[in-house]
Amino acid sequence: MSVTSAEQSSAPVMGRSLWDDARDRLLANKAAVASMVVLTVVTLLSIFGPMLSPHQFDTVYRDYVKVPASLESYPRLDQIEPGFESVAKRARMKVESYAMVDDKITATVTSRRSISEKATRYFDRSDLFEGAVISNISADKKSATVTADVQRMHFYFGTDANGRDMMTRTLIAGRVSLTIGLLATFVAITIGLLYGTTSGYFGGKVDLIMMRVVDILYSLPFIFFVIMLVVFFGRNFVLMFIAVGAVEWLDMARIVRGQTLTIKRQEYVQAAEAMGVENTGILKRHVIPNTLGPVVVYMTLLVPKVILLESFLSFLGLGVQEPMTSWGVLISEGAKNLQGAFWMLFFPALFLTSTLFALNFIGDGLRDALDPKDR
Amino acid sequence: MSTINENTVLVIDDLKVDFATNAGMVNAVKGVNIHVDAGETVAIVGESGSGKSQSMMAAMGLLAQNGQTQGSVKYKGQELLGLSSRKLNQIRGAKITMIFQEPMTSLDPLYTIERQLCEPMVEHGGYTWKTARKRAVELLDLVGIPEPARKVKAYPYEMSGGQRQRVMIAMALANDPDILIADEPTTALDVTTQAQILELMADLQKRLGMAVVFITHDLGIVERISDRVYVMKSGEVVEEGDTKEIFSKPAHPYTRMLLDAEPTGRKLDTNEDKPVVLEGTKVRVEFETETGFLKPNHVLRAVNDISITVREGQTVGIVGESGSGKSTLGRALLQLLPNADGRVVYCGNDISGWSKRQMRPLRKEMQLIFQDPFGSLSPRMTVGQIITEGLLVHEPHLSAAERDQRAIQALEEVSMDPAMRNRYPHEFSGGQRQRIAIARTMVLKPKLVVLDEPTSALDRTIQKQVIELLRGLQKENGLTYLFISHDLAVVRAMSDTVMVMKKGEVIEAGLTDDIFRNPKEEYTRELIHAAVLRDDEAA
Repeated sequence: MSVTSAEQSSAPVMGRSLWDDARDRLLANKAAVASMVVLTVVTLLSIFGPMLSPHQFDTVYRDYVKVPASLESYPRLDQIEPGFESVAKRARMKVESYAMVDDKITATVTSRRSISEKATRYFDRSDLFEGAVISNISADKKSATVTADVQRMHFYFGTDANGRDMMTRTLIAGRVSLTIGLLATFVAITIGLLYGTTSGYFGGKVDLIMMRVVDILYSLPFIFFVIMLVVFFGRNFVLMFIAVGAVEWLDMARIVRGQTLTIKRQEYVQAAEAMGVENTGILKRHVIPNTLGPVVVYMTLLVPKVILLESFLSFLGLGVQEPMTSWGVLISEGAKNLQGAFWMLFFPALFLTSTLFALNFIGDGLRDALDPKDR
Repeated sequence: MSTINENTVLVIDDLKVDFATNAGMVNAVKGVNIHVDAGETVAIVGESGSGKSQSMMAAMGLLAQNGQTQGSVKYKGQELLGLSSRKLNQIRGAKITMIFQEPMTSLDPLYTIERQLCEPMVEHGGYTWKTARKRAVELLDLVGIPEPARKVKAYPYEMSGGQRQRVMIAMALANDPDILIADEPTTALDVTTQAQILELMADLQKRLGMAVVFITHDLGIVERISDRVYVMKSGEVVEEGDTKEIFSKPAHPYTRMLLDAEPTGRKLDTNEDKPVVLEGTKVRVEFETETGFLKPNHVLRAVNDISITVREGQTVGIVGESGSGKSTLGRALLQLLPNADGRVVYCGNDISGWSKRQMRPLRKEMQLIFQDPFGSLSPRMTVGQIITEGLLVHEPHLSAAERDQRAIQALEEVSMDPAMRNRYPHEFSGGQRQRIAIARTMVLKPKLVVLDEPTSALDRTIQKQVIELLRGLQKENGLTYLFISHDLAVVRAMSDTVMVMKKGEVIEAGLTDDIFRNPKEEYTRELIHAAVLRDDEAA
């Protein structure tokens, strides 16, 4: 042994970990990379879309109930004059002459009652017009001139049965669905990983008892469990992912336990035991890092499962409550209005399915990348 | 040296095999010329990765999907490369047959031996099921399986490894082949079984007059059975010739290195007067398997009342075939098995039955090195982390920089470049990995090291280096070794005293030279005979 070279401790070569290799293989997988792009776009849209959208997710436009998705602005040309007349009628006025130049309407109106300037509120309250001014009120206050601007709005995804902008609602729903998906998965993975490794590593009676507990929890009917939680704690966003996470960890625990059983027979675990490493050290340094491969794969497959579960619960009315929404809620509403308003189903469904597709492809890609021998 | 003549049945001419991998093209075989005459035994020798198996697989059209072949392979003048698989199958499996290393996985567990033997005969050989069954019994008789008429109805799991390999040979013989290619047929078998299979093959060749191509890394086997040898190294044939000539006058330096790779030397000081480090008295390990509800459990006694004394600076070799309980004994002495009985005294302390917590301070001094250098290093940790893991337990006060310094020292001690400490185990070869495993134990400065088959998974030349390293470390640090192995050549080179184990019992024990020169027991003699020790006179 030479001491001199130990002193200079030559610049160490960086190694390539198995994770590095897996990342390269994943990035070589076209479907997985495309899916990651899709997922990133959906996520970014869900986070920032509602902030940038001109509409609030809960604003009701009574004049635009169930309007179709369109790139053109609303109101449509043939909508303006009848709209104007109906507003005037509501203000008990009769339109005598009507002219529109560059989205600016000028009209003379008559009324059997006296016209006051306060009548502009009828026009401003309408979703079609803004900035209405009543002028030239005649001496008997029976006729006047009304000028108003046409309020231009875009509904790229159309509106729902209450006249709310579907685009903003779809993106807000994405926030809710993705958050529940990720948080519930995180809860499930954390509990499952700790429970599974402990049970598998200690084995024997500990394993027996821990796994029987899992069996008992498996036999609980899920819906009954959720209804019970809702009864005790009320409807709550947080409750949703606790409920889902608390059930989904059972699968995770079993998968991890199986992995742990094989890993603990590996010689590197025996070597650590022979060196006197404590149980926590073995679990932390050897068992858990080596179970992570299947765990990551399972995670990408669990997120879509949880999103679907949430949709199902919301469909039953046990999930998120109006005006807050999720993809499941939107789809169930869209399904009811499929005739005549297909866009109410199409857009949320498009977002949900592309997210699920992307997650599944990423899961597949990860499995290939982490375990190239199994291909 | 033989040349191609009218007796030549197989000519491989300028064969190249390339594999397309993620890291680009890998040239596994770089233009080899091999010919086989009728009735001769040709050995292809080389270390793992030399392309010896791949060249024969390519000749048979059995390459993996990403493999490409160039060159020419002619069987009795007929070109085999590029032949449609239908035409190839008339030759492959009938006139040229193969047997593989793993007899455990080459047979389908769902069918009887008879079914698996008869099927190719009916499909290719024009037999009817009735005649094929008769032939199956004859074949089993031919390969020396007792009671062939009864055994033919057996399932693979009812047979031992050696018997399964015999069945594989019977299968290969079914259609009277001209060439039998045997790819490491005895590597997975115990030495005594290995000797029997080799005898069988030599005998069959004499009786049936076929040519045998023997792919192996074991020079002892080559010397024993082959007429001619091809030595392969990284995809090329570096030397060829008659076996006797090559063994007596090796021309190529690589061949010389292979021949010298047999572990040599003896341990001279037997340290019989030094203080006792470890003493086991009547150590017994039993495993219970449940046989069913309310039935008494089946008890397997893996280690049966064995007593052992290990003195400071000594190396005690434990020899035995698989299942003899030698590994179990090693683990029981280290108190790694909860179900061990008997008294174990380490440096004056009776440690039998100590708990994990009680044992922890002693773990630093008692270390274990495993057989499989691919399984004993955690794949997710860097080499530095692996080596210093023990320090986290036994010297927790060390800072990260101090631990790094210790890792550097340990790597230098096993003659490895310390700059490699941030790499991961999968980036190293088998021999390097075993060095890393040794560094992991040396960093704790142990007194007693149990070596459980530390060289069995390595090539001979690497084996020799590891043995040299272990010897050097022992001399430098005054280590005490408990050396467990089935390889008698290695045990002879390493140990002062030897214990021969069989079925959980010690058959014979004594000083190494006494045991190897005058074995008293029949079983020991059998082992020594089967092990094909090459330099008997060097003792």
